[in-house]
Parts: sequence; C-alpha cells; structure tokens
Amino acid sequence: MARDYMKPRRKIFRRKKKQLNRSMAGNLTLFIFMGICGVFMALPLVLIISNAFKPLDELFRYPPMLFPRNPSFDNFSDLYVLMSNSWVPFSRYIINTLIIVGGGTVGHVVCASLAAYPLAKHNFPGKKMIFQMVVLSLMFSWQVTQIPNYLIISKLGINNTYGALIMPAFSFGLGLYLMKQFMEQIPDSLIESARLDGANEFRIYWSIIMPNVKPAWLTLAVLQFQQMWGNTGSQYLRSEELKPLQFSLQQIVNGGPARQGAAAVVTLIIAAVPAIFFVICQSSIIETMTTSGMKE
Amino acid sequence: MKRMSNRAGNNSEWTLINRIKRSKASYIMMAPYFILFFFFTVLPVVISIVLSFTNFNVLEPPEFTGWANYIRLFLDDDIFKIAIKNTLVFAVITGPISYMMCLLFAWIINEFSGKVRAFLTLIFYVPSISGNAYVIWNLILKGDRYGILNGLLLDWGFINTPIVWMKTEKYVMLFLIIVQLWLSLGTGFLTFIAGLQTVDKSLYEAAAVDGIKNRWQELWYITLPAMKPQLLFGAVMQITQSFGIADVSIQLAGNPSVNYAGTTIVTHLMDYGSIRYEMGYASAIATILFLLMVGSNRLVQRILRKVGN
Repeated sequence: MARDYMKPRRKIFRRKKKQLNRSMAGNLTLFIFMGICGVFMALPLVLIISNAFKPLDELFRYPPMLFPRNPSFDNFSDLYVLMSNSWVPFSRYIINTLIIVGGGTVGHVVCASLAAYPLAKHNFPGKKMIFQMVVLSLMFSWQVTQIPNYLIISKLGINNTYGALIMPAFSFGLGLYLMKQFMEQIPDSLIESARLDGANEFRIYWSIIMPNVKPAWLTLAVLQFQQMWGNTGSQYLRSEELKPLQFSLQQIVNGGPARQGAAAVVTLIIAAVPAIFFVICQSSIIETMTTSGMKE
Repeated sequence: MKRMSNRAGNNSEWTLINRIKRSKASYIMMAPYFILFFFFTVLPVVISIVLSFTNFNVLEPPEFTGWANYIRLFLDDDIFKIAIKNTLVFAVITGPISYMMCLLFAWIINEFSGKVRAFLTLIFYVPSISGNAYVIWNLILKGDRYGILNGLLLDWGFINTPIVWMKTEKYVMLFLIIVQLWLSLGTGFLTFIAGLQTVDKSLYEAAAVDGIKNRWQELWYITLPAMKPQLLFGAVMQITQSFGIADVSIQLAGNPSVNYAGTTIVTHLMDYGSIRYEMGYASAIATILFLLMVGSNRLVQRILRKVGN
C-alpha cells in the first residue's frame, strides 16, 4: 500500500477530481498552519546550513542575519586545517567510525532478522513471553541500564575495544520489533511451499524471508546508523586511536570562539549525514513503519 | 481419577518437551540476538535493581544497605524532588503535545503527495535524527546580544538589554520544552505517516455516503480507529523519549543548571553515576526511572486501547 509513496503525480493534492469532505477554507487554514510550523521547524536547520558558509565576522554580527552576505568556504578550509593537525591522523577517526557503525549495523540487521523470523512465523513454547520482553524493552531508555552496562562490558573484557560499542548495538530492541512486525505479512504459503521442497529453516530464512523484507532491513540499518553515529564512545574508548569521528568533531566544537567557523561546519556535517541516509531510504522506511503497529 | 489426571499432566509435560525439541531450529536462530539481549538489556535491569539496595563505589565490593538509598532519595534529596517535578513536567507537557504534533503533522502531510510530501516529511523528521545538531539552539539562545533571539528582540525594540535565557530560572524549562518539541518528531511521527497510508480508501467513500460531513469527523470516526495499532506504538516511542530527556538539558542549560532549573531524573542519575561514583544511589535513581517509564507506558497503553472500543 505504501509502495506508491513517492511516485510523482501531476497535481500536488491527491484527490484530484472530487475531494471527499474537503473544503477550500479548511484546506487553506491547515496549509497556512502547516506553513508556520514548517518555518519554525526549518529555521534552525537553515541556520545550521547558512552558518557553515558565513565568514567569521558574520557569525558574530549584530543584528544577526539568517543568510550569509558574503558566502565563503573559509570555514571548510579551517576545518580541514584543524583536521590535518590532529594528534591521530584524521583518516583514523573515519576508519574507526566505519568499523563501529558498519559492524554494529550489519551485526544488528543479521541478528535481529534471524531472531525475528521464528518470532514472526514459528510456533514454539515461550514465544509470547520472549516477544513481550522485547516490547517491554522499548518502554525504557538506555539511561536506565547505563551503569550496569559499564560493569558488564568491563567484566566481559571488551572495555576500550570496538566491541564495547558494537556488541550492545546488536541487540537494539526497536529493530527486532520492527523486523518481526514486518515479517508477519509474508504469506505462510510461501514458507510452506519451500518446506515441501525440502528447504530447512535457515535456507528459508536466507532465500525466502530476507529478499522479501528488504525495506525492513534498510530501515533497521538507517535507525541503527542514527543511533551509533551520534555516539562519541568516550564512555568506553580511552585510546585515542580507537575513537570515532564524532568524538574528534566534538573536540573541535568545544574549541572556543576562534573555532566557531569550523564548529559551524561540524554541526552541518553531523546533521547532514543521517539526513542524507534518510532521504535515500525514505520510502523503504515508511513502508516498514506501516506494519509497526501494536496488536493485542 | 487422580491417576488419570496425573497421567494427563505427564502427557502435557511430554508434549511440551517434544514441542521444545521440535522447535530446535527456532531457538538456534534466536540465540545470537537473545544472548546479547540478555547481557545488555535484561541483566543490566536486574543488576540495577540489586545495586539500588547497596552502597557501591566501584572500587570496593557493594555493601548491602536495605532501603537506605530509597529513603535518602525521597526524604533527604531536595534536588531529586526538583528532578522528579521537571521530568513529570516534561512528560506531561512534551509527551502529549509531541504525540499530538506527530499525529497532526502526519495527517496534514498525508494530504500532499509525491515530492512535496517527501520534502515536508524530511523537514519535520530531520531534527530528531540530526545527532546533537540541536547545539544550534545555543546560538539562538545565547545570552549576549550576538544571540539570535536577543539580537532580534533588541533590534525590534522589545528589550533593552540582552537576556541570559538559559541562566534565568524562569526561562530554562520553557526553552528546554520548545527545543525538545522541535526534536520530538521521531519514530512515532514516521509510524503515523505510514499508518495513515494503510487506511483503506474505500472506507472514506463509504463514510461520505453514511453522512460524515467534514475532515474532522472523518479523522475521528474513520482514520483514528483504523490506525489504532500505530497509535499505540507511537505512544510508546513518545513517552519513553519524553522521560529520558537529559542531553538537551545538559547541552543548553548545563549540568548542574542554574538553581537546578533544568535538572531531570536522568541528569541527576548522571550526576551520581558518572561524577560522584555513588553507584548504589545512582542505581536507585535508575530503578525509579525504570518504574516510572514502564509504569506510565503500561498505563497509557491501557487507556489508549479503551478509546474507541
């Protein structure tokens, strides 16, 4: 149903010929309201973008301006200089981020979909209880378990390794939940006929289920990416050469007034990367969310 | 008779074991995820509850102290009272408002199609995924005249001297709520957009025949009941989020904030957990937070399920 989500159409409004129960005045009011709210939502975003292109003197200007008068790339080159002067080669931070985010995301998608398949399609003792536990885990945030998590990670001996960030990410609750709900809509007959052909459960998972839940794994990957992208890892990683990009970017932001220009670019980068991923995967994500509802 | 029932009992036990044996593949497939889930989600909750009854500073082994942490928390800790109050204010204000915003914006966005819809979705959703890009609000709310808000108000003549927004007690919560609302159109919002698309279009036509006159009636009688599962899920997302507010407060108001005006349960927890290393006490705070989050989620689920039944 959501597949036509982004299909271009000739008219902006959907119900072309007769709009059921829609009045012109009502349309106008709602769209003006939407416009005002849209501006409120967008202004800080516009500021993030335009600040990155403002020369330093315009960043400290009174009265403030929304758009730069003499847009320049000075801030970008400032950031580049700061990066090349960093203690650990800057490319190292980028590689760390790729390892941590990539490892966490791939592991999560594999573990969560592997676990979601039996939860969605098999019938076994304890199934209901296990799923209830996952739903319960959505009802509290990570701060609750912060302290014990630190103790456990120390005990497992993965403190100050990539594993400290990667392994907990595998069992992110929201991902399993969304994946399981999405898998439920795969027709049972598909699985039954594969079973009659003699395929075992792993084979079914790999060649029937996984190709059919592509939107869901894209969604999981994007959500997980957002979670991990913002993590500076400073809680677990002490060695400078293990720290992710986010950490060094934060260091630049905290560098005081002289670095405001570079900091503005950093803020732009931090916001833009997840936004770009979202734009690319938007229709898959919406499709996954159609099945996210909580039944009894 | 007794024997019979015994045998029946044995039988059901045997079939249970058989069923477990037959489901071997299911358990093996779930194992990797749930072993990690156990270590990083289930076990931490249990440990947190256990530690909350102890005195623990990481260096020495924990020492059992009974209810002492909880007694101290509720009777002696005045800042915790502020934290609870602020957290509840956040939960009661930003929770429902952000939930309504998610629903309302999703509903209006659903009236558009194609590129316009994708663009609007992006604008409303991006703040929630942009990491800590909300530090941009530091520039907007900066206390000198170079702050955007101060600059504009000075320029237009509303104020004569810049106001130090985030260091003035009466403004702190107001702006934290505004920024939090800006950030709050997250997973719940997407769920609603998606949910609105699953509503069967023919229902609307049927409703028009049955005498539904305007879009509001349509929303109330047709759309909302049809997307109830999404409404329930969205509620969980928004509630959990609004109880967990901390980073925004720390970044914009500082920790501790002026006169603890922006203190929430989570910032209080961080204060004891990562600054003072009173882990037992911090665990008690975490346990209270856990109970509050799960309790209010459960309550709201129960209420929402009743709506429209």
